[in-house]
Amino acid sequence: MNKAVPVIEVSDLHKSFDGVEVLKGVDFKVERGKIVSILGSSGSGKSTLLRCMNWLEEPNSGAIKIVGDQIGQDADGTPMSEKDLAHMRSRMAMVFQSFNLWPHFTVLQNVMEAPMHVQGLAKEEAMAQAEKWLDRVGMLVKKDAYPYTLSGGQKQRVAIARALAMNPEVILFDEPTSALDPELVGEVQEVIGELAKEHFTMVIVTHEMDFARSISDEVVFIDKGVVVEQSAPEEFFGNPQTERLQRFLGKYK
Amino acid sequence: MELLDWITVWLNIDRIALGFGTTIFFFLFATVTAFVLGCLVVFLYEGEENIFKKAMRFCLDILRTLPFLIVLYILYYGLPQVGIRLNAWVAGLIALSLYHAAYYAEILRGARIALPTGQIESAKAHGYTSAKMFYRILLPQMVLRSGPLFGNQLVGCLKDTAFLSIITIYELTAAANDLQQVHFIPLQAFVVVIALYWSISLVIERFLRGLGKYAKHRGLSYE
Repeated sequence: MNKAVPVIEVSDLHKSFDGVEVLKGVDFKVERGKIVSILGSSGSGKSTLLRCMNWLEEPNSGAIKIVGDQIGQDADGTPMSEKDLAHMRSRMAMVFQSFNLWPHFTVLQNVMEAPMHVQGLAKEEAMAQAEKWLDRVGMLVKKDAYPYTLSGGQKQRVAIARALAMNPEVILFDEPTSALDPELVGEVQEVIGELAKEHFTMVIVTHEMDFARSISDEVVFIDKGVVVEQSAPEEFFGNPQTERLQRFLGKYK
Repeated sequence: MELLDWITVWLNIDRIALGFGTTIFFFLFATVTAFVLGCLVVFLYEGEENIFKKAMRFCLDILRTLPFLIVLYILYYGLPQVGIRLNAWVAGLIALSLYHAAYYAEILRGARIALPTGQIESAKAHGYTSAKMFYRILLPQMVLRSGPLFGNQLVGCLKDTAFLSIITIYELTAAANDLQQVHFIPLQAFVVVIALYWSISLVIERFLRGLGKYAKHRGLSYE
């Protein structure tokens, strides 16, 4: 693996919804092994930015490279074939706010599903991998349960195991604790914190300031569709440079 | 002589058995074909609306509004006029399959619309192409959530097989009709036939209860 090539490189990204420009030229980079949190108020475009990274939202202009390979379209702007796009996406993983487990599969089947049917792993291998990751998030005991029987925190831990089982270059977290009851936030943050210690490359969109501060290598502040500030957490929280970030952090003190 | 009439039915049990077998064959064949076609149609509905999808929807809407008998007449009596001659069995199988496929497509389309979009996003994010996603993630849930509507459809298909007697197919209703015409025992003949239709519907109910249990176990219950 080439250390010099960023895992994610976003350049001059623009995205509009019905004529309203949500992202107005975002440049953004994630180096291998780094944990980057994206903060910003609701409607700032942070989730849209994350969703553009794996092409769940199609940007209007700009480019996104995953380990050097452009996603979504070729350099001249022609759209990628569905198969190529799916392959690019399978190199990343995403954890959603609302978990989005597949309800007709057991916990174990949820984690085995994409490695088997997208990446073509043999069943035994997929199962061994799935059990390993479920154990890591503390959900192996529930492997034969169906998702509807789980709590939100448990569902999210399974979703994280499902993401990890893809052996991804980067994991994208879209507000992973926002849909959880307050007493369940901790268990999910703990799991993500554990992964952070092992230097999985992660991009985390979140509202949880303390969480972002404790696990990130870098924190990004997005406001009105542009990156306003990007720095290490001590700098970001301790010595914010712009007035917009100062005001934003002020609201949370 | 009531008893004698029942004995007459018993003596003609081979005809009834033949009709019963034919009915079951048409019912099973048409159900499986219609279901598979219905799934295929709903898959073709996936993605952006275009002229092809609109046209397909229009045709299926027309098909659903027609009485089944008309579809059967067109295939068996209408097509020879333009040089396409189907034998009765082929015409019957095509008519029954196509007609019910239009309904299965509509049932599954409803279930598809009701699926939460989040699961589709998570499938895409995990690298699924739309065909694989449909087959692995969407379709199983659509089927599990549609149990009661399938029940109506299965019984409807069973009943529609009776129309096949009109294009000379010797199925259960035709067999009963045969008996009552030859031996003048309409009551006995039709009572037996009712019992046989009912026995099939019991099997259908069993099947649906199994499907319902399977769905409930996964939290996708209806009831």
